[in-house]
Amino acid sequence: MVSPEDLTGLKKKSLYAKREPVYPKAVTGRFRRLKWLVMAVTLTIYYVTPWLRWDRGPYAPDQAVLIDLAHRRFYMFGIEIWPHEFYYVAGLLIMAGIGLFLATSAVGRAWCGYACPQTVWTDVYQHVERWIDGDRNAQIRLAKAPWTASKLARRLFKYAAFLAIAIATGGAWIFYFADAPTLLRDFIAGDAPFVAYATVGVLTATTFTLGGFMREQVCIYMCPWPRIQTAMMDEKSLTVTYKEWRGEPRARGTKKATLVDLNRGDCIDCNACVAVCPTGIDIRNGPQVGCITCALCIDACDRVMTQIGRPRGLIDYATLEDCRTEAAGGTPKPLAKTIFRPRTLIYFTLWAAIGLAMLFALGARTRLDISAQQERNPIYVRLSDGDIRNSYTVKIRNMEARPRQVEVGISDLPEAVAWTIEGSREAAEGTVPVNVPADSVAKVKLFVAAPAAGPQEDDFVFTVRSLDMEGATATVESRFERPEEGR
Amino acid sequence: MAEKRVDEPTGTETMGHEWDGIEELNTPLPRWWLWAFYASIAWAAVYVVLYPAWPLIDRATAGALGWTSTGQLEQELAKEQARKAPLLSAIAATPIERLADDPRLMQAAIEGGRSAFKVSCVQCHGSGAAGSKGYPNLNDDDWLWGGDIASIHFTIEHGIRQPDHDETRMSQMPAFGGMLSPDQIADLTAHVRTISGQQKADVAAARGAELFAQNCAACHGPGGKGDRGLGAPNLTDAIWLYGGDAETIGQTIANSRYGVMPRWSGRLDPVTIKMLAAYVHSLGGGEAMPKSQMAEAEGTKADGQP
Repeated sequence: MVSPEDLTGLKKKSLYAKREPVYPKAVTGRFRRLKWLVMAVTLTIYYVTPWLRWDRGPYAPDQAVLIDLAHRRFYMFGIEIWPHEFYYVAGLLIMAGIGLFLATSAVGRAWCGYACPQTVWTDVYQHVERWIDGDRNAQIRLAKAPWTASKLARRLFKYAAFLAIAIATGGAWIFYFADAPTLLRDFIAGDAPFVAYATVGVLTATTFTLGGFMREQVCIYMCPWPRIQTAMMDEKSLTVTYKEWRGEPRARGTKKATLVDLNRGDCIDCNACVAVCPTGIDIRNGPQVGCITCALCIDACDRVMTQIGRPRGLIDYATLEDCRTEAAGGTPKPLAKTIFRPRTLIYFTLWAAIGLAMLFALGARTRLDISAQQERNPIYVRLSDGDIRNSYTVKIRNMEARPRQVEVGISDLPEAVAWTIEGSREAAEGTVPVNVPADSVAKVKLFVAAPAAGPQEDDFVFTVRSLDMEGATATVESRFERPEEGR
Repeated sequence: MAEKRVDEPTGTETMGHEWDGIEELNTPLPRWWLWAFYASIAWAAVYVVLYPAWPLIDRATAGALGWTSTGQLEQELAKEQARKAPLLSAIAATPIERLADDPRLMQAAIEGGRSAFKVSCVQCHGSGAAGSKGYPNLNDDDWLWGGDIASIHFTIEHGIRQPDHDETRMSQMPAFGGMLSPDQIADLTAHVRTISGQQKADVAAARGAELFAQNCAACHGPGGKGDRGLGAPNLTDAIWLYGGDAETIGQTIANSRYGVMPRWSGRLDPVTIKMLAAYVHSLGGGEAMPKSQMAEAEGTKADGQP
């Protein structure tokens, strides 16, 4: 508790502030239930996703969500992303960014209060702490108690539990990057790659420190998002607000609250809202960076209001504009109107447009692709019969999970023939057959010879056609170069 | 500058700075930040002891771990050598004619040859092996001494016109400047340009044809198609090592040419020479092995097996 002397006295001034420990009290209520639900959903997604299977045939992994860095593939259920299609991932990231704007515009800092991993894991740790040390008062008492054997044992047990959770957190992360059952087996046997152990080590350490000890300090000092959000919120944004016009002046204690004739507000200064706050702030000081809008103070205050027979919602989700309206005696806007306002709708339109564009692009993309790079050194070679030869490195991408036979041909270049290093010019037929393994790129060096007579720079087309039933084709334009003097 | 005072709403002392009514609060840093700062100082101290840190005149302090960047480089080079060793010994053990049977080995040889070429061959043949006047283009399909992989290997190994070496590729064209008159040389030039399709047959070319049969056909063949056994170039194709214009051909006939290439046996190890042959053969002008040599290669393979 900060005393007035601390605020004004110059004698205690220090350049560095010690962390004020936060011992949040357990609370029940509708927002607490919502928090449980979000926690259950997010943790389930996090832990279960890598274990979902998705049959892709014999040539591709059967893990539903897999970031295969070694082979540079990203699998997500029916979607497979190649490195050159990374714009889909960029699109997802943009959607995630706009999604945060959208959520902020609609429901304020809901991300911070419910879905942020720091919040979820801090919450898990705080529950473990209550389970081992007891609720707020017991925790404070234990912290002040001398170091006895029982306190030491309790502390060791608590940190062991923290560590176990941290290992489970870091451990689950690596399963997104390799076949989960195989990796688990290898990991336990000590055969997993070093990077797996390093990742688990780093994530265990960060979870243990950030979730176990730093907690609200991450939100207040380290995270940039609250700063960005303060800039993104306005008077029309939903936020957790203490209705000052109703609560003030405060009357300390229920006794005074029962005296009806006093000129007083509904707030009985019971500090329940402060006691339950996981970031240790006092919401009655107005909107502040430390507030993650988890709304546990609303649950706490509502219980007290019910007990003393006053209407709920002294602390409530409201916009600052609504607060002013209510203070002036008006009725606030309905919730739907607050959420579906122009700004929110613009964000949603943008977000949905990007999503639809990506879905369309995903549906329209072909799974066969060709690219050609011309050899520049030398640009052309004169052959003994006077013809000119250029060489190209042609890459054929077979993005399907099965091996395919394709043929590469050239068009728009009169009297030209193409052949590979294995073939010969004499034996060259119209097209060059290539076998492309499943889900991979075949690289072929192609020689193209044409008569010397012709334009110095001649555009032509490489065409690749798959020889299976589907008969997919892809083309790429390239250039044939001749010496200046022709002949 | 305003006086230092305590800000009412926050209860925090101000720094005394003010800009247009906005004041800076003297908010204390969190203590964990201080500890992180101390920890990085401790880290730096440990680092200075363990690793080279203080610059001296010609080097840095050694550091307790004895680590150096050159030492690390040597280690990695040794590791790379060890990694390549089995591949190199496999190439060494495979006869050059059989190299293409193992695509993995062939690919490794081509890549190895590519880098060796950049060290030893680009000075004359150019970085893309396209050559220049007097230095053959190794990408094309015209080969003086044969373009199959074994012939290329032989050429690299023994060189061209190395006087001190018995097995070298050796040929010499006489300088006809003292033997033929300038008019005769002009007639010969006209004939050579006719058979290579560069000009129409005329009276001079007809006179040149006679001279050609007497003086040149012995090496270049009656039709001027050349002879690989002698290293005599094909005069009927479109590729000219020194140039196919009348003036250059006249100079060649009058003064002859004497291009040389070093022999690389003794200068490069046998594996590198094999890899160079594989690379040059892969450039696009390489020829298939003649039937007789193929049979020979089969024979060596059969001999090598029990």
